[in-house]
Amino acid sequence: MLKKWCVAASLLVVSGQALSFCGFYVAQADTKLFNQASQVVLVRDGDKTVLTMANDFKGDLKEFAIVIPVPTFIEEGQIHIGDKAHIDHLDAYSAPRLVEYFDGNPCPPPATVGEVAMSLPAAPFDSDMARDGVKIEAQYTIGEYDILILSAEQSGGLVRWLKKNGYRIPKGAKSVLGSYIKQKMRFFVAKVNLTEQAKLGYNYLRPLQVAYESPKFMLPIRLGTVNADGAQELFIYTLTRQGRVETTNYRTVKLPTDMDLPVYIKDDFANFYRALFDYQVEKEDMRAVFLEYAWNMNQGCDPCAASPPSEQELRELGVFWNQPESGSPVDTFITRLHLRYNAKNFPEDLIFQETSDHNNFQGRYVLRHPWQGTADCPQAQEYRRNLTTRWEKEAQELANLTGWNIQNIRRKMNLPGLGNTGYQERWWQKLWK
Amino acid sequence: MSQVWRIEPRYYQMATLTGLLFYGISELDFPVTWKSAGLIISTALLSQYVATRLFKLPVFDPRSALIASLSLCILMRADSQWLLIVGAMITIFSKFILRWQGKHIFNPTNLGLTSMMYLTGGQVWVSPGQWGNLAFFSFLIACLGMVVVYRALRNDVTFAFLGFYISILLGRAVWLGDSWAIPLHQLQNGALLLFAFFMISDPKTTPDSRVGRILFALCVALGAILVQFVFYRTNGLLWSLVCCSLLVPLLDWWLPGKRYQWSNPTIQ
Repeated sequence: MLKKWCVAASLLVVSGQALSFCGFYVAQADTKLFNQASQVVLVRDGDKTVLTMANDFKGDLKEFAIVIPVPTFIEEGQIHIGDKAHIDHLDAYSAPRLVEYFDGNPCPPPATVGEVAMSLPAAPFDSDMARDGVKIEAQYTIGEYDILILSAEQSGGLVRWLKKNGYRIPKGAKSVLGSYIKQKMRFFVAKVNLTEQAKLGYNYLRPLQVAYESPKFMLPIRLGTVNADGAQELFIYTLTRQGRVETTNYRTVKLPTDMDLPVYIKDDFANFYRALFDYQVEKEDMRAVFLEYAWNMNQGCDPCAASPPSEQELRELGVFWNQPESGSPVDTFITRLHLRYNAKNFPEDLIFQETSDHNNFQGRYVLRHPWQGTADCPQAQEYRRNLTTRWEKEAQELANLTGWNIQNIRRKMNLPGLGNTGYQERWWQKLWK
Repeated sequence: MSQVWRIEPRYYQMATLTGLLFYGISELDFPVTWKSAGLIISTALLSQYVATRLFKLPVFDPRSALIASLSLCILMRADSQWLLIVGAMITIFSKFILRWQGKHIFNPTNLGLTSMMYLTGGQVWVSPGQWGNLAFFSFLIACLGMVVVYRALRNDVTFAFLGFYISILLGRAVWLGDSWAIPLHQLQNGALLLFAFFMISDPKTTPDSRVGRILFALCVALGAILVQFVFYRTNGLLWSLVCCSLLVPLLDWWLPGKRYQWSNPTIQ
């Protein structure tokens, strides 16, 4: 769907190039582009944390089970079933986006269109337990889930107990569980209660939410890497009060953004973004966490890939500092982190810190359509000459971002023969392509 | 002895830190603009000059102020440039004001960072994850170069600290049953090297005696582990060093030793 996000313009003359901020939102690169992507929302202020885990489980519900290390004991009231639509909305709102601009007629004096802020307003069990050294500290049925909070004395007992109770525990999980046990972590274990599931009538698993208080600002990923085939994809949305969130034990890297790309990418944005992300992961040796979006949600968005989540949605995701009776909304800062990880390159759990960096950042890619109308003046000749250089620059930008072969890009752009464009490729530029 | 061995250690430090800052900005995308770096360095030099006049030192010596401000550029982050300026001022003036028996109590950079993080409630921060580990070994070699220029004079505190810290991390991994990949990942961090070779090693703020320095290194290593793995807070190294620096006068009183002097000293 095309959404026009800028409708007015004021003229301002600057030397040289006409810059336009007026454009159309075209497309977004959301999490659906990536296979088996996990999504997690982490809401945090002080030591208070609300963790929401989206489940994209596609198999037989009887087979579904998760074991998540949690830092503290969890009471029944601390667990909640979330709404998948809120996470999808957060995904759409924060996804890298494609925008397009249309060049004006080159014949009038070059003019800059002043930026007009048109951002959308933000919305004001078992008898063997003792022998195995496993203690069920609590047992709840919440929504379609049967949930156990376990503590254990040793990993061997916990693995035995889990296996006996029908959980498939991957080889190699024992030492990781042991490490968590010694760090005094509890285990949050969830299976689907088929009777409740049938009663509720959902045809998918809703996200699980846990609210807890702990100085640990982290996300356990080690159990997930134990038996994974190859790398996994993870999206983390953090909602905080002060500013951008980053990982403290891995490098957080901003994705390249604000690049001008060839216009044919309009029909191939999904492929482009996947290629860009693959290439950046490769460049960073798969050892970095990537920042895709960082924004103060009270400032809406610019351009909007989707309207900002409402106060009600944020509350349901766990934003506990926005009380309905408090009047004006308090700042909420979203950070969207995206990583591809495996056990070798990400041996430790992710540890985060909130910074006071309030600078807004977004993955944003730009298409500039040339003027298609008639234009017959000296400036138009100059404009056409510059187009060739601009197209070549766009081709090179795309090749640098994705690692794609530049000759193929030029072919897809239907660039005129190199001899006619005035652009001469130097002999070494073909050498290693 | 050849000229190479008589190189003034602080010039080597300056060269290494400058290289690190350039590498950080160009390759690792440190969020440092040349403007903010210039602001920190010029504030530090100006503060050093003002303090030189106020405290009537015989000569203005920019070397230690340059080293401290380069470290600040590499580590200190804030949204507001005023906070960077105040941080640089605290760093330099602390050397002149917070003194005990002719020594300054805190490593200036360490105090500048931790006091700003604490006083601003997090408006100033340090990013321990900014380093990546691709260039770790190059930086390690540069740090080991320090050992050569210092001619083992005060390297004991660096190696004692690294010995204790590495042993504790490896011991923790054995106790938890973790794979070696975890402690190795924790150790392959430029922040640890910067701390060990440029911060805790500061001869003007470590105890005078060798035994005192080794005890001091042990306290700092234990404190850092406590902050990271018991309190679960970031930048354990910085918080631990600033607290343990308060023990130095006590260690000097208990274990007296020969006071360190830079070659060509200028009192600060």
